Amino acid sequence: MSEPRYVSIEGISRRFQAAGGRTTTVFDDLWFSMSKGEFACIIGHSGCGKTTVLNILSGLDRPDDGAVVVDGTAIEGPALDRAVIFQSHALLPWLTVLGNVAYAVSSRHKRWSRAQVRDHAMRFIEVVGLKGSENKRPSELSGGMKQRVGIARALSIEPKMLLMDEPFSALDALTRGTLQDEVRRICLETGQTVFMITHDVDEAIYLADRIVLMTNGPNATIAEIVQNPLPRERRRLDIHKQADFYAVRNHLIDFLVERSKTFKDQRPAGYDHRHPPVVRPTAAPQPSPDGDKRAA
Amino acid sequence: MTSSLTLRAALVSVLLLAVFLLIWQGATAGFGAGGTGVPSGMDPEYAKLMGLTATTGKSALPSPVEVGAGLWNVLTDPFYDKGPNDKGVGLQLAYSLGRVLIGYGIAVLVAIPLGFLIGMSALMSKALDPFIQVLKPISPLAWMPLALYTIKDSGISAVFVIFICSVWPMLLNTAFGVASVRKEWLNVARTLEVGPFKRAFTVILPAAAPTILTGMRISIGIAWLVIVAAEMLVGGTGIGYFVWNEWNNLSITNVIIAILVIGVMGMLLDQMLAFVARLVTFPE
Repeated sequence: MSEPRYVSIEGISRRFQAAGGRTTTVFDDLWFSMSKGEFACIIGHSGCGKTTVLNILSGLDRPDDGAVVVDGTAIEGPALDRAVIFQSHALLPWLTVLGNVAYAVSSRHKRWSRAQVRDHAMRFIEVVGLKGSENKRPSELSGGMKQRVGIARALSIEPKMLLMDEPFSALDALTRGTLQDEVRRICLETGQTVFMITHDVDEAIYLADRIVLMTNGPNATIAEIVQNPLPRERRRLDIHKQADFYAVRNHLIDFLVERSKTFKDQRPAGYDHRHPPVVRPTAAPQPSPDGDKRAA
Repeated sequence: MTSSLTLRAALVSVLLLAVFLLIWQGATAGFGAGGTGVPSGMDPEYAKLMGLTATTGKSALPSPVEVGAGLWNVLTDPFYDKGPNDKGVGLQLAYSLGRVLIGYGIAVLVAIPLGFLIGMSALMSKALDPFIQVLKPISPLAWMPLALYTIKDSGISAVFVIFICSVWPMLLNTAFGVASVRKEWLNVARTLEVGPFKRAFTVILPAAAPTILTGMRISIGIAWLVIVAAEMLVGGTGIGYFVWNEWNNLSITNVIIAILVIGVMGMLLDQMLAFVARLVTFPE
């Protein structure tokens, strides 16, 4: 890609000690880079190491080989320039909504006065539409509201990068839709760089600029990177009426159902870990840059 | 309806108490009916020596009315001090409370930091485990001779015994609470670059507080149980000594009063910690 490599995953592998002294390689030699303001989703079956990739990006876990570079600096551990939105929202239950967001703000800005921290936290509570609930405890909130607090907390530290681990999977369909809309709006407005794990193909198509497809684990690799052919201005209402929608959707589902298993044995000629094939499924058949015939 | 349930429960409680007091009154009154004077054939000198109650057939056990009258006297003047063997129950209770609070307080200061260490470090947890396993089941009173010999002060020895009996539940509960803080909460702190010291106070402590408080509640209960026995051994002052002294005086009335006072005080201590526990408990 010609864009600057704002976030660059460079040949990371992760191995775990299995029973009997053997090691299991979860994924091997992953290369992927993102430009600033890009929204990337990663899709793959359970066990392919998606969460481990995210943990390495956040700094909570370390790769056995390779490195991750964010804005020119290699990741050494967890840092405030990368915010995580946890699947289980991970709110501190003894703090109020405001307390949870303010905890993050005061960690980011250690010298700020209480009033400054409060104002800043309130601003982000408003962004996620929770004004009026700032003094409630997490136990008094619905699942969707809890995740909103998690999003407000992550945004409030104004990170370089937002990492999301299936943030909407525990929500009902209606709440999930609303939150997806808001996350999309907020990320577009703030130009946030986002890396998100999801199981939901439609969610990936709606939110992502690019979708990373991972083969089944162990020894998972990036099978290909799908360029989302839909225009950046998309609306949930009519996204399924877009010409290319079903082309992408079918491509993704086809991968999840069939090719994620078989990819390892049927690697396309010239497959390179450093440059996994990039495809752009569209309604009209169009050869991909790497000559992948399945792109349509 | 909860209010009516509370009301009905209170009624049953009062009824049970009334039945108990009636049976008690009846049982103690019944024996007194037999004789009034010195039984015939007994040496009057011997009767005098043994005390009238032992020889006339009247039960030594006081009736509830007598206990009630004694209790009234005690409650109206709890803090008098007429020498080493005649102090008010309130004063004796204060001595016991003082020992418990000092011993328990030191135990808190030792157990909670040490529990944090054990809970946070797998190495220390494994290394200290055998010591804890051996020391925990030792009856606190078994330490008494050793304490008396090394400390050479009965008052401090009693405090030491309180310390040693209340340290274990707090230590184990703190270690357990700290070790079982949810990983995701710790991860939140890590991704926010919260330092280890701040993390201990802002995440681990509040998360483990309910478990720690449970340990503290168990400990205060044990400490209050043990202080009575410890004071019976070391003597001098305290509610435990009072019980034993009144037994030697054969004043069963005062023994019963002391038992009541011990029970009420133990309940108050437990309720206080239960109150604190409610403050730090968070719904999930």
